[in-house]
Amino acid sequence: MGETISVNGTQRSLPDDPRITLLDFLRRDLGLTGSKKGCDHGQCGACTVIVNGIRINSCLTLAAMHEGDSVTTIEGLGTPEDPSPLQRAFVDQDGFQCGYCTPGQICSATAMLEELANDWPSDASNDLEGKIEISGEEIRERMSGNLCRCGAYANIVAAIRDAATETSA
Amino acid sequence: MTVHLKQDEPDTSNRLDGMKQGVIGQPISRVEGLAKVTGTAPYAAEYPIEGCVEGVLATATITRGEILKIDKDSVLGMPGVIAVIDDPRLTTRAAQGTANEAPQQSPRTVCYWGQPIALVVAETFEQARDAAKHLAVEYRPHDGAPLSPDAVEPEEQEDETVRQGDLVHAMSEAAHSVDVTFTTKGHASAAMEPHAAIAQWDGDQLTVHASLQMLNYNISELADAIDLPEEKVRLVSRFVGGGFGSKLGVSEETVAAAIAAMQLERPVRVVMSRQQVFQCIMRRSETTQRLRLAADQKGRLTGFGHEALVSNLPGETFAEPVLQSSHFLYAAQNRKLMLEVARIHRMTAGSVRAPGEAVGMPALEGAMDVLAERAGIDPVELRLRNIPKENPEEGLPFSSHKLAECLREGAEAFGWDSGPRKPRQKRKGEWWVGTGMASAARVHNVGEAKARVTLKPDGTALVETDMTDIGTGTYTILAQIAGEMLGLDPENVLVDLGDTRHPRGPGSGGSWGASSSGSAVYVACKALREELADRVGVTETKLDLADGKVAGGHSLAQVLAGEPLAREGHYEPGAIADDFTAAGFGAFFAQVRVNHFTGESRVDRMLGAFGFGRVLNRKTARSQCLGGITWSIGAALTEALEFDPRDGHLVNCDLAEYHVPVHRDVPDLEVIMVEERDPAASPIQAKGIGELGMCGGAAAIGNAIYNACGARLFDYPMTPDRVLACMPD
Ligand code: FES
Ligand code: FES
Repeated sequence: MGETISVNGTQRSLPDDPRITLLDFLRRDLGLTGSKKGCDHGQCGACTVIVNGIRINSCLTLAAMHEGDSVTTIEGLGTPEDPSPLQRAFVDQDGFQCGYCTPGQICSATAMLEELANDWPSDASNDLEGKIEISGEEIRERMSGNLCRCGAYANIVAAIRDAATETSA
Repeated sequence: MTVHLKQDEPDTSNRLDGMKQGVIGQPISRVEGLAKVTGTAPYAAEYPIEGCVEGVLATATITRGEILKIDKDSVLGMPGVIAVIDDPRLTTRAAQGTANEAPQQSPRTVCYWGQPIALVVAETFEQARDAAKHLAVEYRPHDGAPLSPDAVEPEEQEDETVRQGDLVHAMSEAAHSVDVTFTTKGHASAAMEPHAAIAQWDGDQLTVHASLQMLNYNISELADAIDLPEEKVRLVSRFVGGGFGSKLGVSEETVAAAIAAMQLERPVRVVMSRQQVFQCIMRRSETTQRLRLAADQKGRLTGFGHEALVSNLPGETFAEPVLQSSHFLYAAQNRKLMLEVARIHRMTAGSVRAPGEAVGMPALEGAMDVLAERAGIDPVELRLRNIPKENPEEGLPFSSHKLAECLREGAEAFGWDSGPRKPRQKRKGEWWVGTGMASAARVHNVGEAKARVTLKPDGTALVETDMTDIGTGTYTILAQIAGEMLGLDPENVLVDLGDTRHPRGPGSGGSWGASSSGSAVYVACKALREELADRVGVTETKLDLADGKVAGGHSLAQVLAGEPLAREGHYEPGAIADDFTAAGFGAFFAQVRVNHFTGESRVDRMLGAFGFGRVLNRKTARSQCLGGITWSIGAALTEALEFDPRDGHLVNCDLAEYHVPVHRDVPDLEVIMVEERDPAASPIQAKGIGELGMCGGAAAIGNAIYNACGARLFDYPMTPDRVLACMPD
């Protein structure tokens, strides 16, 4: 094996063609089609994955830049048999319609809740320092990079709130 | 065995209400939900197909003219490039909804900037993309193509014209009148999944996984385009990442993939780039609309005028049906309605969610707000006074009509203050705060549909139809209808959709899918019940089916005795379609704040109350309403296609520049579903709900902007620059 990357806990070889984005590498070379391509330009968030604990748009980065990195995709968060709390909450709250933005929303929300837990401030925060409370406005602001044309936003926010209270309870 | 029901009469039997399972209408979660949230639901481009090569469309860089030469050699030597397909059968536009025949072909004739002209196929996507960019094309441009709707003499759409009484006279006699002109900019569907197809050809049969809304039409459109008998084509669309009209007709990538797969004898995948989706699928036409309203002292309309100008390419039959609900929403004896189309060389105009009402209703309801102010009548009361008893043009009865209930219940739940309304009554810091409301209306459509329901020996059921689920909830509501009729938990009903090998239906579009295909499933289930009733010796109407038990005794599996039992339901709307005016109605209420200094408007809360017949699933129906209201916010404040005046090309052709609402633009939304049964809508008494939520909502926001800050705008979207320009000191 040449240069490798860890995807959902498995070591994988990076591709040869330097033009291949992390998103195309995941979707095509690894068959992990849960990450979606909505724009290929960093404008929709459908391709959001978690790299070394941080959420990124995988269409905006080349696979070759991720040697030694650890990537978690929607497939690594849960399965139909054993969904994560957020995945379960999205189903319960109907936080999607067509489902195409959904893996990106869920990956994004998973990492976003960590950012909140670590008190990273946002435009919706009252203060740059100190404890940040989870609120509708905080969630909306932090999730605004994930578009949903079906317009499931109100239910997505409800699902994220549910999952956040469940995990912190 | 096929059972046919042609509905000539309203169906007041409400059979679904008498069943014992108790699942119809229940807010159960989507049956395919876990597949979607875990990323395991496959969309069109995601099928792992051995040896699949990649195609990328090359598009025109002129507005109108001829292609003299496509220099294939310019790219054939590039790494991985397999072929340049410039077959004359390539389509250059997407088919209009229900076209049923190939859209415009002849790719050597260019009619708009960005039109597909060829397909470059390579081993990998990166190679194909690079080659498509480097493909050398020689053009002979034809100068002087009209690009703006006011540059040409428009064509009147005569079947839309209504002249009743004397509107001019009514206006001059009116106690209160309004004569205003609204404009709306073009919209894009912008479904999150780009248009995509994988075509496979085995030398005899063509199989295409594609992202389409209406397979029964799409199969004819594709077969016609590539000159193949329909029997040799199979289309599969199990999951569709949103459509909103943009996937009604077969689009360019599907036809290109099919031609390439047949020529190269290899599977070919073609996915449009986001920019291509914007530039060569469908735009909603911009509109200019003159509204004339004449009313007596009490605010009762005596005259109603709605005239609209829209645009499209030469040769397209579609004209944004702006007046659709204006024909029947409010009573007035003197009427003039007219729709005109300007033929211009911008990309194709076609259906985008709620074609017609999405832009017609915001203009009409904006004008009604002006009338309410002039007449000194509360806007809710003004609408209540103008609800007609029957269709004011055709004299037809309404199949059902819940506008009054929606207005009253919505106002109550929102806390609408019906006292005297004056702008600029409330300010918080830099922000003016105000409220507005509007009516909602959307015509109800229903179409011929077939579906097969099979009871399996193990007592579970299988539903098969080519109907699609584009996020609308089809998988779930069909499982609920079959579950209710057959006494099964929806978990024990497998719904198999999106395959042209199944019995066909009209597909998803015009909000007609649920009532059409749902009725076909209902008809099939009713036939299954007849057979089961026979077997246990009761009449069908007395047959109790619940929890897999027949008449409280034997299990379904026992009655089936090891054999499957199948019926195909065939539903067809008969005289009901001509004897009634059928529509969904509703009301929107919004509270917005407007920044005095920047003109920015934010929606703080919004409520929609809707009456659309039987609610098949309160959870998925509510989501449809939420989606519509969210689109209303986009139409009111941010969404606008911008065209280059020099060459007519769409400038803001991506999701950074075309502004769909994002999370922070959408507050908590409230939805009230005013439950009803519409006997003439369908035998399941349901109407469509996919579009009603955006038919007028933008006006509630626009009217609230006026109430908040006193800026009366007549142009959507109401962007900060436009609000500021109208803002009083
Ligand atoms: S596909 Fe990456 S942001 Fe849209
Ligand atoms: S669920 Fe369709 S785009 Fe979000």
